[in-house]
Amino acid sequence: MSMMKNFMGWIDDRYPMTKVWNEHLAQYYAPKNFNFWYFMGSLALLVLVIQIVTGVWLAMSYKPDAELAFGSVEYIMRDVEWGWLIRYLHSTGASAFFVVIYLHMFRGLMYGSYRKPRELLWIIGVIIYLAMMATAFFGYLLPWGQMSYWGAQVIVNLFSAVPVIGPDLGVWVRGDYVISDATLNRFFALHFLLPFILAALVFIHIVALHKVGSNNPDGIEIKKGPKGNRWSDSAPADGIPFHPYYTVKDIAGVAGFLFLFAAVVFFAPEMGGYFIEHPNFEPANPLKTPEHIAPVWYFTPFYAILRAVPSIAGSAFPGVVAMFASILIMFFLPWLDRSPVKSIKYKGMLYKVILWIFVLDFIMLGYLGVKPTTDLYKLMAQIGTIYYFAFFLLMPIYSKIDKTKPVPERVTE
Amino acid sequence: MSADGVDLKKRRTLTLATSAVGAVGTGFAIYPFLAAWAPSEKAKAAGAPVEADIGKLEPGQLMRVKWRGKPVWIVYRTDQNLQDLSSLESILLDPDSDDTGQQPDYCKNPERAIKGKYLVAIGICTHLGCSPTYRPEIAPEDLGPEWKGGFFCPCHGSKFDLSGRVYAGVPAPKNLEIPPYQYLSDSRILIGTDGGAA
Repeated sequence: MSMMKNFMGWIDDRYPMTKVWNEHLAQYYAPKNFNFWYFMGSLALLVLVIQIVTGVWLAMSYKPDAELAFGSVEYIMRDVEWGWLIRYLHSTGASAFFVVIYLHMFRGLMYGSYRKPRELLWIIGVIIYLAMMATAFFGYLLPWGQMSYWGAQVIVNLFSAVPVIGPDLGVWVRGDYVISDATLNRFFALHFLLPFILAALVFIHIVALHKVGSNNPDGIEIKKGPKGNRWSDSAPADGIPFHPYYTVKDIAGVAGFLFLFAAVVFFAPEMGGYFIEHPNFEPANPLKTPEHIAPVWYFTPFYAILRAVPSIAGSAFPGVVAMFASILIMFFLPWLDRSPVKSIKYKGMLYKVILWIFVLDFIMLGYLGVKPTTDLYKLMAQIGTIYYFAFFLLMPIYSKIDKTKPVPERVTE
Repeated sequence: MSADGVDLKKRRTLTLATSAVGAVGTGFAIYPFLAAWAPSEKAKAAGAPVEADIGKLEPGQLMRVKWRGKPVWIVYRTDQNLQDLSSLESILLDPDSDDTGQQPDYCKNPERAIKGKYLVAIGICTHLGCSPTYRPEIAPEDLGPEWKGGFFCPCHGSKFDLSGRVYAGVPAPKNLEIPPYQYLSDSRILIGTDGGAA
């Protein structure tokens, strides 16, 4: 025992090992009333690790070459030992990442986790979300299937819709006049790089979280409440040490998650064409667009917004602006919410109804984004787009007039 | 802080000058990395003209040729197709091909072609770059009774007539692009160069 103590003392004199362990785990006091929604953060971290490990392994057999890419994915699926499993873990992981992150973001919306003092925490989170979308986009080209190719063609051409500099910008991103070998090669490099930037951003996200402390389903600041619990006289009375209480809880979450994740990997890796789209089983053909093209499900709400906005003066630019605005508007959320309370528990009926319609609206837009456009669908997408923006832009008004309930002093069970 | 005879003014000037020089140096250092994303010399050189043999093309048939990585369509239009072109002009955005960037001068005519029978066009939608589908049938159910044959983009629903002229009120803002080309003989076309005819 004393040898171990001596060893740790030797380390601690040279590296703040014990200090970091205590500050972020053993003596990080998190509110005691976390519920189901608080699994998502740790699950997102787990999926990031799964994606990096499986991704590095895939890179050992994948060839980022327009002539060889499609074949090398088939080689991974058929000839590489366990290659099918590693690839399905990676392709399912991509969708799982977005499922978990959307739930994580919804948790923030419900409990007002973006409110003061967590504005920066939220903003870093939105940057992480943007980096995730970029990573997913670059990765989707790599199998070099029909949907990979034409999806990238449409998205890169969005940049070409920017007035004046657009066409040159598109050529610069592609490194060619069309999506080509040069594009594939650089997208592979970027797809490999971004996850490590993502990991660094996650680190910053956690540093910010531990500076301000975790929010909770009651939206009460436990640091402002009474002090003293059975571990420390100075710690918040409503806090419990993250380790072992929440590490153990999160392991239970991991077990539940892996159960579902494995079910998809083994029994429905294509998820009926939503996780791996059917045209992607055909090699990229620059001469022929598939009958119907749509992005993967996690991009479709934004794609529906893109298509809902009509061209103005022969330019697709307004749609592109709307699509990017729909994501960038999230940065302003901390200042749009003027409610005197944080958590949905103490907000009034007005906010609850508006939030749940927003969720349905997001799902509807996601559905419309995978469907071909018809006049009815286009109208629905336009209404959905208006609601999407109204949810954010009218928040200063409806969050203020909403009848709230009194917030208790201490967290509830 | 100004104690010990430190000239703070001079120190600030030196700090500013060092930062400015550093910023310029960083700018120079970044340039090669940004420029490396531009098309390589190889990509720029890949635009060589391609030859197409149209001798076996049947009336109503479309063939695809790859030029600069893009699909180029050659469509053998029937006499009926050519007669139908003028009936569509009222619902087209640019029926007279006034946008000079979309075709060489010698194709600024209703057929948008050197020889009326053969349409040669780049099969890339002018909206977001999908390749539209060839829909030669007359008045199919999904495209409506007015449809006289043409091209339909599956991505965002843009419509073009058999001369590649865009319909009004669809996402695509321009007619399909006609590449420079020339006839080497009655059955052979060279796409990508017109020998300076334009």
